[in-house]
Amino acid sequence: METPNISTPWPLRDKTAFAGIGTSAFGNFPESDSYGLGCEALNAALDDAGLKPSDIDGLIVNRIPSYERFAEMMGINPQYCLLTEAPGRFSGVSLSLAMQAVATGAAKTVALVYGNNGRSVRMRYGGGDSQWSPWGMTSPGAIHAMMWRRHMHEYGTTHADLSWVAEAFRHHACLNPDAVMHGKPITREDHAPARPICEPLALLDYCLINDGAVAWIITSAERAKDLKRPPVLISGYARQDNFTYGSAPPTDFWQSNLGAVREQIYARAGLGRDDLQGLGIYDNFTPTVMFSLEGLGFCKPGESGDFVKDGALRLGAGRWPTNTSGGHLSNSYMQGWEIIAECVRQLRGECGPRQIPDARAMQYICATNIAQSVILRRG
Amino acid sequence: MPAPVIDNWSKPFWDAAREQRFILPRCTDTGRCFFPPAPVSPFTGKPHLEWVSSPGEGTLWSFVVFHQKYFEGFRTPYPVVMVKLDEGPSFLANLRGAPASELAIGQRLRVVFDPEENGITMPQFEIIR
Repeated sequence: METPNISTPWPLRDKTAFAGIGTSAFGNFPESDSYGLGCEALNAALDDAGLKPSDIDGLIVNRIPSYERFAEMMGINPQYCLLTEAPGRFSGVSLSLAMQAVATGAAKTVALVYGNNGRSVRMRYGGGDSQWSPWGMTSPGAIHAMMWRRHMHEYGTTHADLSWVAEAFRHHACLNPDAVMHGKPITREDHAPARPICEPLALLDYCLINDGAVAWIITSAERAKDLKRPPVLISGYARQDNFTYGSAPPTDFWQSNLGAVREQIYARAGLGRDDLQGLGIYDNFTPTVMFSLEGLGFCKPGESGDFVKDGALRLGAGRWPTNTSGGHLSNSYMQGWEIIAECVRQLRGECGPRQIPDARAMQYICATNIAQSVILRRG
Repeated sequence: MPAPVIDNWSKPFWDAAREQRFILPRCTDTGRCFFPPAPVSPFTGKPHLEWVSSPGEGTLWSFVVFHQKYFEGFRTPYPVVMVKLDEGPSFLANLRGAPASELAIGQRLRVVFDPEENGITMPQFEIIR
C-alpha cells in the first residue's frame, strides 16, 4: 500500500469536480446520430447540474465529427474548445484537459460530450489499412487475444478465468434497468461455449458496440458546491504513455506504464487502495480488466486469475465491485465515458439496487498505451 | 487482401522481399534492429541506419486464430503468429506449412515467402522442424 505523501500535495488534488452528468439511452438509433445523441446527453447533464448552455465556457467533444457544428447546435460560444482523438483512452485524457483548463482559468465550466452512433452505422473496429492488415491482423480484440494467450502461457492463467469478469459485469447489468444487457443474465458456464471471435477470445470477452452519448460538466470544487447536485471531487489523475511497442501488441501487458501510474495515483489523490469502495475499469475486452488489476497493484503480475475468482469484482460478493452499470461488456461500449459517469453516480449514492454501500471513493483505470487512472471522492 | 503500406522507409524491405530476401533496418549507433522501418532509429532518434540481411528466424511469442472476417481474401479461421525475431523486433504474419493446431508458444519459426502476387511478395512464417 502506497503511503500518501501529504508534504507535497499534487496541485490539482480535489480542486475540480463533476457538477453534472448525463447519458442518452444506449442501443440502435438510426433515427439520430452522434450530434443528436450528444445534445440529448448534454441537456441531461445541464439539467443535472442546474445550468444552461450559456453557462458553459469550455467545450470538449469526442466521437462527434465537428466541435464547431456541435457548439452551433447547442448555442455555446466558449473560450476553450477542442475535439479529442477517437480511441477510448481519450475519455480520461479529455477529463485531464478539462481539469487543467479549469485549474488554470482557461475556462470556468467545461462541458465534455461523447457521442457515438457506431451501431447504427455498423462501425467495425477492425479492417482498413494498417501495418499488419496485409496478414489479416486487425482489431483491438485480436491484440488482446494475442496478449491473453501469452499471459496464459507465462502465468498459467486460463480462458475460464475471464468468465468471472464477464459474469460479474453481466450481473451488474441485470441490476441496471438502463443497461443494454438488462434482463439477460449469463452464468460462467456460458462463457467457454460462446462463439469464438479471435481465439483465444470469444463473444462474451468482447464489449458491445452501441449508439449512445455521455456528457460530463466539470468545474472548480468551489463553484460545484453552489450548484444543484452534491459535487464529486477529482482527487487524483495520473497518466503514463508507452509508444515503444513497434506497432505490435505489447509484450509486457502494459505493466511498465501502468506501474508508473500506480506510483503516482494514490499519492496524488491522497487516498490509498484501502480508502476505495469500488472500481471502474476500461473493459473493451475481459483481459484488459486483468491487465489493469495487475498493473495497478491490486494483485501481483500473473495473479489476476486467482484474484477475480469467487466474484471479487461482483457487487455483494467481493471486496472490489467493478463496473456496476455493466461496463463495456454488458452495458454499452461508451469508451470509458459511461464507466466514469457510473463512478460519479455511485459517489452520489443514486444507484438503487446496484449501489455500493457507503461509496466514498472510486478508482477508474484504463490499460492501454496511454495508461491512466482517476480517483474520485464524495465532496 | 489489403496491400502493405509501402512508403519511402519500407520500400527497401518490400523490394528485398520480392527477391525472397528478409532484411531489417538497423541502428548503426546501437547495433539494434527495429521494425517497422522508419526515417530514424527509435533508440536514438537519429537517421543513422543501415539495412541488414536476416535469416528471418525467431521464437513464437503468441498467436491468435481469427474467426471474424475483416478482409476479402482471408478464409476464416486463419492464424496470425507473433514472432520475436532473433534480432529483437516482433513480426506478425500468417503460418505456412502446418495448421494452427500445431502451434505452441516458444517454437522456433522461420520466414518463407508466398508466390509474388500483384508485384508483392509476402513474407510468412513456418515451424522449423
